[in-house]
Amino acid sequence: MNLFEIIKNIEQVDAEIHERLNPRRAAIKALSSFGAKVTLAAIPLAMGGLFKKAYGQTIPQKIIDVLNFALTLEYLEAEFYTKGLAAGGLIPNATAQGAITVIKEHEDQHVAFLKTALGSAAVGKPTFDFTAGGAFSDVFTNYDTFLAVANAFEDTGVRAYKGQAGELMENDDILRYALNIHSVEARHASHIRQMRRARGGAAANLKPWITGANDTGVGAVDHVYAGEDNKVQAGADITSLNGIGGKLSVNAATEAFDEALSKEAVLQIAGLFIVN
Amino acid sequence: MNDQYLKEKEDLYSTENSTTTALKRRSFLKYAGASMAVTALAVAGCSKDDNDFPGMDEGVYLGKGDIAILNYAYALEQLEAAFYTKVAETPYSGISELEKALLTDIRDHEIAHREFFKAALQTSAIPNLEVDFSSINFGSRDSVLATAKAFEDLGVSAYNGAGQLIEKGEYLLLAGKIVSVEARHAALVRDLIQNGSFAGSDVIDMNGLEKSLSPSKVLTAAAPFIKTKINARDLPTY
Repeated sequence: MNLFEIIKNIEQVDAEIHERLNPRRAAIKALSSFGAKVTLAAIPLAMGGLFKKAYGQTIPQKIIDVLNFALTLEYLEAEFYTKGLAAGGLIPNATAQGAITVIKEHEDQHVAFLKTALGSAAVGKPTFDFTAGGAFSDVFTNYDTFLAVANAFEDTGVRAYKGQAGELMENDDILRYALNIHSVEARHASHIRQMRRARGGAAANLKPWITGANDTGVGAVDHVYAGEDNKVQAGADITSLNGIGGKLSVNAATEAFDEALSKEAVLQIAGLFIVN
Repeated sequence: MNDQYLKEKEDLYSTENSTTTALKRRSFLKYAGASMAVTALAVAGCSKDDNDFPGMDEGVYLGKGDIAILNYAYALEQLEAAFYTKVAETPYSGISELEKALLTDIRDHEIAHREFFKAALQTSAIPNLEVDFSSINFGSRDSVLATAKAFEDLGVSAYNGAGQLIEKGEYLLLAGKIVSVEARHAALVRDLIQNGSFAGSDVIDMNGLEKSLSPSKVLTAAAPFIKTKINARDLPTY
């Protein structure tokens, strides 16, 4: 996406675009001085704010709602990993700390990106209780509990973004950015699941993908996986289709497709960790 | 290719450059062959009227609109399924039981995707594509995993990039259900190559966003592995 190409295209229909954007043309300059944190890739979203100033138009409320919903989840994840990394002795070795740091940085970047996109419409960060009212009381002292909650957060994130994609269809750029966050959350989920498998115990057979419904060995997160055991896609029962040496198994059918979750269901899950 | 054809091609480019449709979705022509560099001609609003180019109607036609996008995904899933089928049939030397189990799972997921698209597309489905895996050493862990990584990362960026071209919400949701599974695969394969590389900075930018690739770029990247010529002239891209 070329910023100047966009401006040029607008010029075709609005010769005064530069004046509208900012009489002193400082807005364009400001765009290029965001610094390293907001790279070129962020510009189309930042443009949303710019256009708002220029035309007095707003990003449709429907899209603001989705972005704020996403921002709330990203706040949750970012603070969770920040606290986990800060808890002395929780994460047992440098490899694991490295992986959690990579994930934490992505969540921080998602927060920053969404806040930039939303501008003054961005919601504030809630107060979180990562013990979920005591259900995970040792979340920052027991590494296995920490990973179990991380597992639930990442799989929830994947389902949440997927569920909102349809709401963003009218805006190609925002849809693409949401999809580009969505797959990063899935990569995180895959790695956290591998970390849990390596710990053995209840997670000894956990796979990077979701088998059936709640496969995490943690009963308290059943609602995160509600409906993940679906094996019918667009009317086609996947287990009726041919695999190698017979029909595809139920496991393959459920693993091969991640399911979406409604905003309401996600907020119910996130709500367990939000004090206000 | 004759001079007249090249002339027309030049004209197309100059026409394209002078239009103000830069933000419009475009269809494109593609000539894909195992050893042939792919030429992507951006043709604004390519329609039947443009059908007088040599080679235009050659190859497996993907269709137009959402059907073309679904066939495009079906083509990629055929490629991945064929690859993992071969990996499972002829495991690389030194493969561990866990690796074998995980790669077999991935094979079954890709087959599920492939068979799903075939079933969903019904009579609009493209035929089976012939693949070219001559560049892969299936006996070598390094070769197999490097290819798997390339395919999975490509698959994720392909679905990420195609989302905005899909017209029907139901299909967008299906693409979403599949892309996160491809991302789970990609992360695993990367970790098998080097633990901790599940979301490397080569695929995730400084905003924490994964790459997107347009269909034309994805088909170019996949072309060396697909023998069958694909006719993507009406495939939406940008």
